Amino acid sequence: MMHADTAPPGAAAPVFYQTDEEGHHSEGSTMLGFWLYLMSDCLIFATLFATYGVLGRSYAAGPTPKELFDLPGIAVNTAMLLFSSITYGFAMLEMDRDRVKQTQIWLAVTGLFGAAFVALEIREFVHLFHEGAPPWRSAFLSSFYTLVSTHGLHVSMGILWLIVLMVQVGKHGLIVENKRRLMCLSMFWHFLDLIWIGVFTVVYLMGVLE
Amino acid sequence: MSADVHNAAAGHGHNDAHSEGGHGSFQSYMTGFVLSVILTVIPFWLVMGNVLDNSLVTTLVILALGGVQMVVHVIYFLHMSTKSEGGWTFMALIFTITLVVIMLAGSVWVMYHLNHNMMPMDAHDVMNNAR
Repeated sequence: MMHADTAPPGAAAPVFYQTDEEGHHSEGSTMLGFWLYLMSDCLIFATLFATYGVLGRSYAAGPTPKELFDLPGIAVNTAMLLFSSITYGFAMLEMDRDRVKQTQIWLAVTGLFGAAFVALEIREFVHLFHEGAPPWRSAFLSSFYTLVSTHGLHVSMGILWLIVLMVQVGKHGLIVENKRRLMCLSMFWHFLDLIWIGVFTVVYLMGVLE
Repeated sequence: MSADVHNAAAGHGHNDAHSEGGHGSFQSYMTGFVLSVILTVIPFWLVMGNVLDNSLVTTLVILALGGVQMVVHVIYFLHMSTKSEGGWTFMALIFTITLVVIMLAGSVWVMYHLNHNMMPMDAHDVMNNAR
């Protein structure tokens, strides 16, 4: 009798399902999931490092790391990435205080440092091509370009993601969803800096030492 | 009536979890940054300045410093601890490190021995083997 106006005659009482609203508060599981993605990305880099470790001394009578690498340039590159890490940290601190404008400024600074890093890396590659060291010259150079440009591609994608998030924050402000996205990008960005530590140690510094 | 119960549950679920922390303070970021700068400058200085004569020792030192700097990044920038996400991120990290060590050490070790045992063949040997 009670359900006469909500259900057709003979039907059971209506049941309502809450489908996708629950996802919003489970920020923890997003962070864990994103962490698992980073760990799988870490395995990709590990295979590339292993490849470089095996092939990195096979010069095929071509140029060696000592002749090719310009350590002061790599030091500048490293500084760019390290600065971008700390400025992203500042963006996160401003995000915690819900200050949209300051967050945007620090994100922009982070993006500029990232762009400087990518630009310097492209310049280095162009220089290497002119020196007669393209990827097909030797196994060392093939594995070198694969490892370093995979990292550079990650940074480029991170910059793209950063720009998208800056537009999002500009449009919708620091809502819960945008904070979650910024935290994911924060992990991604710091993770790339971590990988770069391995790159400059194993590829550049150890390469020049030989 | 049952709809009311579901709504109440949904409303309860929407407590903002973003204030739970999980990322660091200004001090922790600066600590991480200063440590990173030190741990970056030392290996560059060791290699560019040719400080140690022995290149094997230099290699081991810069590898160790790189490892320490990675730990610094994980703690101060990625804010990992053994307790975050109920310990699951730490478990995933340990699992990944195990795989990475097996992959890196195994690859280099196996391929080194392979190179060592495969003596370069000259044309005469190739012809003999082909026969």
